[in-house]
Amino acid sequence: MLNALFGELSAVASHRGWPRAPVNAGTWRGIGEALREGKLDLLGEWGDAAAVHCALFEPATRKLQIATHEAGSGAAPSLAVFHPPALRLERAIADLFAIEMVGLPDRRPWLDHGRWPQPAPLAQQRAAPPAATGATPPARAIERPPYRFLPAEGPGLHQIPVGPVHAGIIEPGHFRFTASGETVVRLEERLGYTHKGIERLMAGQDLEPAARIAARLSGDSTVACSWAFVQAVEGALDFRPPPRAVWLRGVMAELERIANHLGDIGAICNDAAFAILHAECGILREAALRTCARAFGHRLMMDRIVPGGVAADLTHDGEEAIRALCGRLSSEFPELIELYDNTASLQDRTAGTGVVKPSLAAQFAAPGFVGRASGRAFDARVSLPYAPYDTAPVEMVVRQEGDVDARVWVRILEVERSISWLRTALTALPSGPVRLPSPATPATSVECTAMVEGFRGDILAYVRIGAGRIERCHLRDPSWFHWPLLEAAIEGNIVADFPLCNKSFNCSYSGHDL
Amino acid sequence: MRRRLFKNLLSEPCTEPLSPQAPGELETLGAELRGAVARGLGRSLAIREVDAGSCNACELEIHALGNAFYDIERFGIRFVASPRHADLLLVTGPVTLNMREALERTYAATPAPKWVVAVGDCAAGCGVFAGSYACVGAVSKVVPVDLVIRGCPPTPVQLLEGLLWLLRADGRAAADMA
Repeated sequence: MLNALFGELSAVASHRGWPRAPVNAGTWRGIGEALREGKLDLLGEWGDAAAVHCALFEPATRKLQIATHEAGSGAAPSLAVFHPPALRLERAIADLFAIEMVGLPDRRPWLDHGRWPQPAPLAQQRAAPPAATGATPPARAIERPPYRFLPAEGPGLHQIPVGPVHAGIIEPGHFRFTASGETVVRLEERLGYTHKGIERLMAGQDLEPAARIAARLSGDSTVACSWAFVQAVEGALDFRPPPRAVWLRGVMAELERIANHLGDIGAICNDAAFAILHAECGILREAALRTCARAFGHRLMMDRIVPGGVAADLTHDGEEAIRALCGRLSSEFPELIELYDNTASLQDRTAGTGVVKPSLAAQFAAPGFVGRASGRAFDARVSLPYAPYDTAPVEMVVRQEGDVDARVWVRILEVERSISWLRTALTALPSGPVRLPSPATPATSVECTAMVEGFRGDILAYVRIGAGRIERCHLRDPSWFHWPLLEAAIEGNIVADFPLCNKSFNCSYSGHDL
Repeated sequence: MRRRLFKNLLSEPCTEPLSPQAPGELETLGAELRGAVARGLGRSLAIREVDAGSCNACELEIHALGNAFYDIERFGIRFVASPRHADLLLVTGPVTLNMREALERTYAATPAPKWVVAVGDCAAGCGVFAGSYACVGAVSKVVPVDLVIRGCPPTPVQLLEGLLWLLRADGRAAADMA
């Protein structure tokens, strides 16, 4: 399919790695139709100064292609007309760039709540550092009608508004439930509360400060976000990081995956009122975080992956700490899993709850464990392998059931595989430097798109660099495609199962809101 | 299940009387904290956590306060689901413009006497998000702040230390202690 659409087109020379090709309206429409027919997966869609880009993946050939449609006149045709998963991405493009997505079925603003000093903050993007610091922006005089939630009408239906400030220690977002008695008829999410203007902040920055911002896209995936960003930067500059640094990045990413999976498995059980597993998994998670601190000097390993390599080398002591953690997890984790598997009251809550149908997971190209629990065999480490996973592959975990239980099981098995991968990596770890100075950046713009598998799923990073500074950076968190599926998963379940479903997804608010 | 419970019954608790990094640190901290809370609030401090646009890293570490190692509840400190039940707001993030009103309303919904603790470098002064069109900046620009706990993110031990400092610095608690 990619060949049929892009075979005749020449790719942009400045884009390194996977090809990016400008397309006309006809090809763009062809892309939309291919997405609708399920021949291609949409992995991202983002705006630019006068263009709209989309990232396409062809499962059959395992190829990635970026397509660009110009939007110099302030408009571009919508892909969401053909392919609903593009909807929120295009609403965000319209909010940030004031590009009219012609035909967009839902024109309500998404990230823009009418509170920013000026609308479309990226429309007049400049490559210089933001000079507005400290200056008071002019007050915005745009009166907006209140946000209109989609209607759900019928006898006996009632609404339950939740958020943006939630009851737990979690991120902010608004959920509007429509329920019939206990059963959820519709959930509609409203997000954007944590929008920090990351994309505009990054534009004009030097590589190092930009990497620090990328590390804070989503704190629980700080390693994966940094890695995706840095990989795109290094790809654009045609720079090869030292081999030891590449392996250490993998070690950090797997530690991050283990820590997050452990925390979430426990939290899911806690939401089914099974506190003992929450406590036990919490102990193992803390052990993992302390190991990270000992090995890499930071519990979450923030700012450890930097352009050119990694910030600090792994010492012998750190290596021993990771080995000890692997040993401890191997002996203690299976016992907890046995408890999970053999507790009927817990299984009663998780099995059959919050089902994401495989067809829907395929349509939304559901990233990470959400997709893999619903039969979508995609893992960036396997499907679009990058170093060090190209030489030390991980085995992909796929289940078909698509319920909370399946998502828990994918994560359980991924913890086990990450442990064995870590053991392999520590044995294979090459010696040598861990950081090299980044090469001088060319005077002309260079760009690259990279993809890294975080614990939650694939993170797409598009970076364009001009004269040593970031011109445009877009980081697409996997949650963009998880959030709509959560709405689908909860339908027909009882309200009391929402926390359980929600935790089994654990979508990022910050990563989505940018 | 029974085997597990029995095993846990016979094994030592992993709640730390001594922090491995600095022996005695946590216990001292906890004992003093309990004293201050006892005098100021009758052995109970209810915290409402408000994420005003953080990247979620601060939340992860605040969460960790509840695990078996730190077990913040042993000091009479607990996290509550509503600001109406809270004595203290623990606020994170560079206060995004989209969260500003929600933070103001949460503060207004918290009954006096109340404290506000700003957690993390973003809440302290906008952090790496300084200069963004979408952020107000420090929490103190929106609601009065009694204490700032810096860090990106602060560790659970730093969070416990910070809460203790607040309670000792507070006029009422200090007067009661003297």
